Amino acid sequence: MSNIQEYVVFKVNEESYGIDIKYVENIEKMLPITRVPYADNYVEGVVNLRGNVIPVIDLRKRFSIPREDFTDESRIIIVNYKEYTVGMIADSSSEVFQIDRESVDPAPSIKAGSDDFVREIGKHEGRIVMLIDLKKVLGIESIEAE
Amino acid sequence: MDMSQYLEIFIDESKEHLQHMNTILLDLENNTEDLNLLNEIFRIAHTIKGMAGTMGFTQVANVTHEMENVLHKVRNGEIPVTTVIVDVLFECFDMLEDHITSLESTGQESSTDASELVVKLQTILVNKGYLTPVDGTTETKAPVEEAETKIVVSQAVSSSEFNLDISDIGDVLKQAIDQALHPLKIRVTLDENCMLKAARSFIVFNTLEQFGEIVKSYPSAEDIEDEKFEEGFEILFITNMDAEATKLEILNISEIGDVIVSEIESSELVLSEVTEVEDVEEVEDVEEVEVEEIEEDAVAVPTTKKTSAKKAAKASDEKKQMKEKAKTSKTVRVDIDRLDNLMNLVSELIIIKTRLEVAEEIGDSSNMDDAVEYLERITTSLHDAVMKVRMVPVERTFNRFPRMVRDLSKDLGKNIQLVMSGEETEVDRTVIDEIGDPLIHLIRNSIDHGIESPEDRMAVGKSENGTVALRAYPDGNTVVIEVEDDGGGIDPDKILEIAREKDVVTDREVEMMTPHDIINLLFRPGFSTAEKITDLSGRGVGLDVVKNKIESLNGTVEVDSELEKGSKFTIRLPLTLAIIQALMVNLADEKYALPLNNIKEITTIERSSISMVQNQEVVLYRNKTLPIIRLSEVLEVPYKEELAEKKEMIVVIVRKGELEAGLVVDSLIGQQEIVIKSLGRYLTGAKTIAGATILGNGSVALIVDPNQLL
Repeated sequence: MSNIQEYVVFKVNEESYGIDIKYVENIEKMLPITRVPYADNYVEGVVNLRGNVIPVIDLRKRFSIPREDFTDESRIIIVNYKEYTVGMIADSSSEVFQIDRESVDPAPSIKAGSDDFVREIGKHEGRIVMLIDLKKVLGIESIEAE
Repeated sequence: MDMSQYLEIFIDESKEHLQHMNTILLDLENNTEDLNLLNEIFRIAHTIKGMAGTMGFTQVANVTHEMENVLHKVRNGEIPVTTVIVDVLFECFDMLEDHITSLESTGQESSTDASELVVKLQTILVNKGYLTPVDGTTETKAPVEEAETKIVVSQAVSSSEFNLDISDIGDVLKQAIDQALHPLKIRVTLDENCMLKAARSFIVFNTLEQFGEIVKSYPSAEDIEDEKFEEGFEILFITNMDAEATKLEILNISEIGDVIVSEIESSELVLSEVTEVEDVEEVEDVEEVEVEEIEEDAVAVPTTKKTSAKKAAKASDEKKQMKEKAKTSKTVRVDIDRLDNLMNLVSELIIIKTRLEVAEEIGDSSNMDDAVEYLERITTSLHDAVMKVRMVPVERTFNRFPRMVRDLSKDLGKNIQLVMSGEETEVDRTVIDEIGDPLIHLIRNSIDHGIESPEDRMAVGKSENGTVALRAYPDGNTVVIEVEDDGGGIDPDKILEIAREKDVVTDREVEMMTPHDIINLLFRPGFSTAEKITDLSGRGVGLDVVKNKIESLNGTVEVDSELEKGSKFTIRLPLTLAIIQALMVNLADEKYALPLNNIKEITTIERSSISMVQNQEVVLYRNKTLPIIRLSEVLEVPYKEELAEKKEMIVVIVRKGELEAGLVVDSLIGQQEIVIKSLGRYLTGAKTIAGATILGNGSVALIVDPNQLL
């Protein structure tokens, strides 16, 4: 009995990452970002999303990957985790993959800087997709600790 | 059947009913003969019972069921309305409120056990309105019944040829039945040719544990391992499979002779539960049966302990899961007329849009000007209409105060009357939530410190009953809420003494203060006049917290007092919270908004006139030293070379109470009406930022909170 789950897959620095589709509200093209002082370094600022002010984080910074300019391909993935709505900037975004849970393995901790954020590795049509732990990526724990 | 979709409705309606019940209980206390009130409460309990029963909320259903029983007898005149009954009914109300609040936030009833309360209600029924029997006869009657029922259970158990004793795990079994699981009594008889009985039993246990939990066994697990049984053993098993399926599973195992499976019905449990709850006068027969069982129990304890620990862990996991589920959203009741008005305005907006489109196409600029003017008017009306939709009468917050005052006056031994007026006054719904706590504090204050004891009052010729008045009324663009008491008033000299003692004020400041100012020192942090700390107030944490809360709503609070006559606290709150007038400024390439409310003046100063006093930049302005704050630095704005060494600097002078400061900005844009948008809970670091606003060009500008800088 296979257990198929859908993931929205996006790329950061040529590597594919996946996030459970139930968290994803929207994928937007790049929007003008307003800087917010005293935020964590990976928080780029806030954007105007159809009248709502949404905070946005840069996944490159979050995963400790050297920064590069945003391109036409860059996308903001709007996610909902509990009561938090946050946008995440990725280099590009592809499709929705259906990944069988049986082909998912726990992530080995090889890569420094991003290992906390990737809980599992999934496989889809010969490609490796790193499935991220949204709560960790958004840094919810440190927010709720305040 | 999934009842969760009905949860919101259930909570809304229950809250309404409970509010109603609160009011009636307070009335009933003073009018115990009023049949209408009794019928009302009966009706409410009955309705809540029905709803709770349908939703499967057993605690609420149980309490309301017993309330119904008592209330029924009361309204028939069989039992008088005693103070005991009223107090217990209040306890029931508290318990129901507790459960409803828990349901609202976690989707599950709270863990407070209602069974004690249920027993109280049952006792009241038996003792005709009192908790202890009025005549001696009723007491002995009850325990004998209990003892009999206990024996009945044991007999039933033994007569069905099972040796398992289930009387001590009634709770676990009831929980299982509530969760739609099957508690089964299983007797397994091994094949007489079976060689390794212990091994075979082990396989049976293993198999069963795959789809359920083994709660108890006879003999104990250890005895079974040591093969200390004749031909078979018995198990108490809780599973989601039914009896037949379970039987088949076991029969599948080889070398199993015979299997008897019997499901435990909830009816068996009710009896044994009641016997646990009552304080039973032991009767000889019961003791004998118990002695036999005790030996079994002592040995069987290890198994039950393990499984109940597992159960507890599972239950707390489930609770955590429920908590993470989205909280039920709050709702507001809106007048249909207001919604109709809103609809009309929106349709007008659409008409204007079309006019503008047409005008633009044709290039008709005068028509466009008209349309834009009309648009301005429509948007203002639309804003007003939406604000009205968000308005809620303060009654919602006020209605819990009568009960609070009643309880408090009882506790303190003072006679206090609460007089409320203007409950229909409306405020924005965000205010309603936040204004409750400060008001509670002020009222408690008046009752605790303001109003004197009955003896003191009579000594100075006042009435024995103290009065606390709670008033709300609109005043222009604000809503005013007053808390006034006819107590002893506040003594400015006493305040001054304590203020000096606690270093809350300097002598220089005092020179310029009026008695009114002195009394308002109460709001400074670290202040408290109570000699002894009572439970409610006097911990020095009080009035400054109230002031902060009210100021966070953009409101003000003040106190006025006259010795011997009383004191009055006045709270003013703005009607509209979300739109403010702001000054837009540039800091390097970034735009920021400064609320006009805080701005006193705008001026320019020479860079050279800035001097340093104790590590703080200041400038001499209108013969006062004005601290200078470089806003670009505070907000970590990326440095821009060209702006660095300008000779003249633009300074916006902001004020908070007595404090002033000059904020250095790079250039001014202009005054603008802006809509405040919250930054949300994700961004927690920026204390100096009050929110954000969306500018005409679609970009986001941050709103600076000058209060945080002063």
